[in-house]
Amino acid sequence: MNVAVCVKQIPDPANPGQLDPQTNLLKREGKLILDDSDAYGVEMALQLVTASGGGEVTLVSMAPNQEVSGLRTGLAMGAAKAILVSDPALAGSDALSTAKVLAAAIKKAEVDLVVAGTESTDGYTGTVPEQIAALLDLASITFAKKIEVESGKVKVERQTETGYDEVEASLPAVVSVTAGVVEPRYPSFKGIMAAKSKPVDQLGVADLGLSAESVGGEATRQEIVSVTPAAERQAGEIVEDDGDGHLKIISFLESQKVL
Amino acid sequence: MSLSKIWVHAEMGEGKPASISLELISKARDLADTVEAFCAADHADALAAEVGKYGVSKLYAVDTKGSLQGVPLASAVADQIESGNAPDLIMFGSTYDGRDVLARLSVKLDRPTLTNSNAIEVEGDEVRVTTSIFGGATNVTTAFRCDPPHLAGFRPKSFAAEEGGAATAEVMAIEASEAGKATVLERHVEEHEGPVLDEANVVVSGGRGLGDAEKYAMVEDLAKLLKGAPGASRAIVDAGWVPYSHQVGQTGKVVKPDVYVAVGISGATQHMVGMKGSKNIIAVNKDRDAPIFSIADLGIVGDVHKVLPKLIEELKSRS
Repeated sequence: MNVAVCVKQIPDPANPGQLDPQTNLLKREGKLILDDSDAYGVEMALQLVTASGGGEVTLVSMAPNQEVSGLRTGLAMGAAKAILVSDPALAGSDALSTAKVLAAAIKKAEVDLVVAGTESTDGYTGTVPEQIAALLDLASITFAKKIEVESGKVKVERQTETGYDEVEASLPAVVSVTAGVVEPRYPSFKGIMAAKSKPVDQLGVADLGLSAESVGGEATRQEIVSVTPAAERQAGEIVEDDGDGHLKIISFLESQKVL
Repeated sequence: MSLSKIWVHAEMGEGKPASISLELISKARDLADTVEAFCAADHADALAAEVGKYGVSKLYAVDTKGSLQGVPLASAVADQIESGNAPDLIMFGSTYDGRDVLARLSVKLDRPTLTNSNAIEVEGDEVRVTTSIFGGATNVTTAFRCDPPHLAGFRPKSFAAEEGGAATAEVMAIEASEAGKATVLERHVEEHEGPVLDEANVVVSGGRGLGDAEKYAMVEDLAKLLKGAPGASRAIVDAGWVPYSHQVGQTGKVVKPDVYVAVGISGATQHMVGMKGSKNIIAVNKDRDAPIFSIADLGIVGDVHKVLPKLIEELKSRS
């Protein structure tokens, strides 16, 4: 079974994010890393391919510049190759644009299953996997906590507000996985070395047969009209625990009539 | 400042309408002359009376025929719009099914979506929504620059739910021209005591500082004693200690309880955006410099493994 995994390379979330004052877009210069949320998708895909007895994992990604460092992490984990759609026209893409680009790239990969994280750490719209499925006219099952593939069908335990649903769909299909459901492997030294020579197919918007007007910043049809600092919250009483910290919490709860 | 018509994606919570749906309907009433809603047909009877009380005049019901909501609801709603029955705005909750329907519909209608918003304003025919970014430190307001209907998703607790209608909503079945492709075989309801996370008056959340997964039981005990709900930081969800449904933060749930207790949580911006709106915040952390203390009303600098057992013991002795 061949699986495509949608991955995003993002600025390190440990560093505070910044908006470009001219464009109001998130600054994305410097080194990008593989979004932690996507490591679960890569791991899940690798496990499913192994369980199916053969096939390979293809990473599919989009970035306004030619950045590949995040992709190398996924390749080092065990993915066979990557498709990176990189085009200056893609700066400022919204969720729908992103989905259009990734869907077109996935079509080239010819896979049985598409796996994605539920939402990226930096954009977190949580709509891209379902939009990709809609564009490719495929079934989709979002927010998966467990995935099994058997005789041409994917069976998923899907997170709900009150528990989970068992959901089934015929392949090919798109599945988004929630964090924490598998333990992403650490790339081995051998994996890291091998990743350096694995193929990364770099494509532009035109290579995918998409017009420049249909995707990217030009196509978003929305405009940021203001960026303002939010009201700050003040710190209250901070005390060292001298063995009576719990009593301070109790009296605070009493003052708030919780007790 | 008034739109003519707004539609709201209405959902069921635990045996009753989801509070996010009632919040969106209440806000829609402020913004438009007519508020209508649409839902999966198997929820229609349970929703009609209640959404009517909040001001919905008509509830469109779509038979999902046992599939997930995304495909059938989006196709039925898109067909209505194409046949001329179109609202100015469609509002969704940032929920599991809400995001599915919103995403499918955005492709069907080829329209952009703005999601995770917590405020909306209308001026003339311009619709603007606001989203908090960078851990809630910055508000970004974005205007739609396309033809209506606009598609917008909102965080729970962005608006107050207030009754404001009289009659039961008229239920009208509408057909899904496209059948769902993902079949729900079985629904599993996980029993839990106490309120659900995003509706609880008290939330107790645990983080890495707990040390290991077993210690999360302390968080659950404390939540139970305070009649609240247990939550979690992203770090321990990623580590597999607790399921994603417990996650409070930018990715995850936004909560605004009367009291939020953060236990062993340092306060990454990722987490703060999900709980900053709480009325009161209590934090217990051994690191005096943890960012969580900068927004806490009461901060205890101490070892959670010492403070929590004593707190739990004291509360037990009182109950």
